[in-house]
Amino acid sequence: MKYVGQSIERVDAIRKVTGQAQYVGDFHMPRMLYAQVKRSPYPHAKIISIDVSKAEKLPGVRAVITGECYTKRCGLYLEDKNFLANKTVKYQGEAVAAVAAETAEIAQEACDLIEVVYEELPAVTNAIDGMKPDAPLIHPDLHTYKVAPIFFPKPHTNISHHYKLRKGDVDKAFQECDYVAEHTYYIPHVQHVPLEPHVAIAQYEYDGKLTVWASTQSPYAVRQALSVAFEIPLNKLRVISPYVGGGFGSKAGTTIEGIIIPLAMRCKGRPVKLQYSREDEFQNSYVRQGLHCKIKTGVKKDGRIHAVKNEFVWDGGAYTEYGVNIVKAGGFASAGPYNIDNVWTDSYCVYTNHPVGGPYRGFGMCEIHFAIEQNIDIVAKEIGMDPVEMRRINGLRVGDKTCMGETMVVSGYHECLEEVIKDIGYGEKSESTNPRKVRGKGIAAGWKSPSMPTNAGSAAIIRMNEDGTFFLMTSGQEIGQGSDTALTQIAAETLDVDPKLITIRTGDTDHTPYEWQTVASRTTYCAGNAVKLACEDLKKKILELAQIKLGAYKRDLEFKDGYVVHKIYTDRKVPLSEFALGLAFDDGSGVGGPAIGVGTFTLENNINYDKETGIGEHPVAFWTIGVNGAEVEVDLDTGEVKVLRMVSCFDAGKVINPETFCAQSEGAMVQAMGTALFEELILKNGHILNKNFVDYKIPTADDMPELDVKYIEHAEPTGPYGARGVGEPLMVPGAPAIANAIYDAIGVRFNRMPITAEEVLKALKEKANK
Amino acid sequence: MKYHVHFYVNGDAYDLDVPANKTMLDVLRDDLFLTGTKEGCGAGECGACTVIVDDVPLNACLVLAPELDGVHITTVEGLSDGPKLSPLQQSFIKHGALQCGFCTPGFLMSATALLNENPHPTREEIIDSISGNLCRCTGYKRIVEAIEEIAARGQTAETQE
Ligand code: FES
Ligand code: FES
Repeated sequence: MKYVGQSIERVDAIRKVTGQAQYVGDFHMPRMLYAQVKRSPYPHAKIISIDVSKAEKLPGVRAVITGECYTKRCGLYLEDKNFLANKTVKYQGEAVAAVAAETAEIAQEACDLIEVVYEELPAVTNAIDGMKPDAPLIHPDLHTYKVAPIFFPKPHTNISHHYKLRKGDVDKAFQECDYVAEHTYYIPHVQHVPLEPHVAIAQYEYDGKLTVWASTQSPYAVRQALSVAFEIPLNKLRVISPYVGGGFGSKAGTTIEGIIIPLAMRCKGRPVKLQYSREDEFQNSYVRQGLHCKIKTGVKKDGRIHAVKNEFVWDGGAYTEYGVNIVKAGGFASAGPYNIDNVWTDSYCVYTNHPVGGPYRGFGMCEIHFAIEQNIDIVAKEIGMDPVEMRRINGLRVGDKTCMGETMVVSGYHECLEEVIKDIGYGEKSESTNPRKVRGKGIAAGWKSPSMPTNAGSAAIIRMNEDGTFFLMTSGQEIGQGSDTALTQIAAETLDVDPKLITIRTGDTDHTPYEWQTVASRTTYCAGNAVKLACEDLKKKILELAQIKLGAYKRDLEFKDGYVVHKIYTDRKVPLSEFALGLAFDDGSGVGGPAIGVGTFTLENNINYDKETGIGEHPVAFWTIGVNGAEVEVDLDTGEVKVLRMVSCFDAGKVINPETFCAQSEGAMVQAMGTALFEELILKNGHILNKNFVDYKIPTADDMPELDVKYIEHAEPTGPYGARGVGEPLMVPGAPAIANAIYDAIGVRFNRMPITAEEVLKALKEKANK
Repeated sequence: MKYHVHFYVNGDAYDLDVPANKTMLDVLRDDLFLTGTKEGCGAGECGACTVIVDDVPLNACLVLAPELDGVHITTVEGLSDGPKLSPLQQSFIKHGALQCGFCTPGFLMSATALLNENPHPTREEIIDSISGNLCRCTGYKRIVEAIEEIAARGQTAETQE
């Protein structure tokens, strides 16, 4: 292939190195107002009264709103969310009122003048406690909420979804096992930390048109949610998303847009901007849900895993409109990439008075794999088998059934595993020159499928200009992952034109066509399919005209380097530009009209799972599988863990752009390392204690290990040029690989992340005292 | 109370009256509309707002506007000569050292300041110079490699080949 599979330069590169790329925060508009938010100091409280009179009188204030103004709930899968608290606050930092004013300072002063009287309520600060029958109810009206039919809230409890997977007969199977063990793990909340905090601008015009500029991964999902919440018809609501400074899931769905729209509606004609501070970002954008995880594993003497029983209790936070789907996804994947006949999983989404849990790169997979992949190592050790041998025995092969009952049509598990074993030098000890530092190596695998509605759609339009250049329009969102470049390459390949001739336009619901969301590692796959179909549509239309022009059957014609060329008589050719406005004849007449191609994609036969068993023949589009290896060095005096080297190998189907693929793999490994070693949102009685970069450390260049990226390509049958999604899966095996390496180094297991220097030191001392 | 300040950004002279509590970052972004310099934290902890002030890389969010008087500032907009990119900008593109791009201006400014001062920095010196810049997307590898290439070529970041 000419353009697919090539490391072409990123199409957004020049703008980004010159500071010309515009993000929402960079927009300055005439007569712009600035918003600030009044937030709850309590994790759970009844709002007795809100007095905004002093705020309203402050000079420069243009609008003040409270939750009473807009009581309609909304949500992606479960309508449980108000953009501003209504009657009760459910987490510390929840918005209770908001102000638009001439300057951000005045807006802040006005917020300080708003007087709210609360009556504190008992808070749920642990998901396990939240499941107990006597737990305070966070959503007492849960049974009345509208919910998508694949989610099952338990009325009059804090459980907003219970996903059950029932495959085989686990009780019987455990009895047939030679060895059975149960282990528990805990994964705390972490934050996405995109470098660009959330920001949005809304402007309401006199004709009822509302325009929103938002740093979002999901312009169409935002439009839909806002339309429902504020009863605005979709043709009057325009969402524009320019460049986004990192998302990782935090900018999926609807976030801050819902707060500024009511303000904009009261300040007609004037744009209203809300920019989150870093503290807001830590507290009020989504966080990754916490997870309490119990895994019971039964194995046979030969190392075959015969049965597993999982209990996942997810700390969903105050609203789980999006989180319920993570809980489902965790259940779907709960056996890991292994061929296990008997699987029982209960995956619960539990409301707590914690920040709102939401999608985070991996969508539950990073969390469950921290458990699953350590568990394999533990169980292997317990039966005296090498963990990689156990992976070889149990890893999914083509033709095997997943825990959900689907048959694997492709699986690169074993090849990725062998590649990483070789690359990391598994089993070969390396030594530090410092006797107080010890080294170890670990391996972990991971899998992920796109967790999206089974009928999620994508559309694309390709337009040819008079000079033979093109506009490609989709609403797949560039958030750093390189989708603008990958989609351009797919179009270039299909049309056989230089990618430089194609300009991609995205992120404007009035002008670029429908895309469900840029999440689920779906853009290259779903939007990519739509782009390919749009280009094929354009080709078909042009070939109709070309056969008239060239006097040849269209079956004998092809697109080549910007021309329609006769396959046999290759000197008979016409530049594509001649068809840009249709075909013109000598007598002045014409046919065909301007050249435009349309492509739409929904994966067919993607069917919901069975409600009772959780099983389905084809409930997900595909599975992406890969393996990481890690080598660490542990300082026995300080407990500090230094990751020396990380290696990644994934089955990508087809890598559209090797450079951006490798770059994403590297970023994913370092992000995983951050969660493994130092990231945790510290919550105490519902209060976040670390809301800045000093107290919440993410990896810096100093922490960077040596990184090595490999990939294999077993084509995805339904993917464009064989591609499947990779952006999120790449992060999944990193943390458990590091945990396994730490065990190899010091012989201590950590069933909780992050594995900080203090934890390591404490464990080393305990070990020494034994 | 406002302060009168006379200063230069990317070679252009400016005269402004600024309030005492405004930051250099806000002056650049909101008064001069030089929005290439980003705000990631407003507290000196992320490096997204790095600019070069009289040869020294600084976090613009920590400098108060009255201190602008008499200084020469270089921002990301001043790195290229129109469409002609600086070698370091070219190297960032060549190495794929950017993803979402939000941190990129800050890294370019930190590294440009380093290379102007020390055309042949070691890998340690390079890492040290960017350790105050956060990037969530890249994992840093390509950023370090992009800077290393210029360091190896031994040319300052602002001179063309
Ligand atoms: S914005 Fe200045 S250091 Fe983060
Ligand atoms: S490229 Fe996104 S933060 Fe660095």
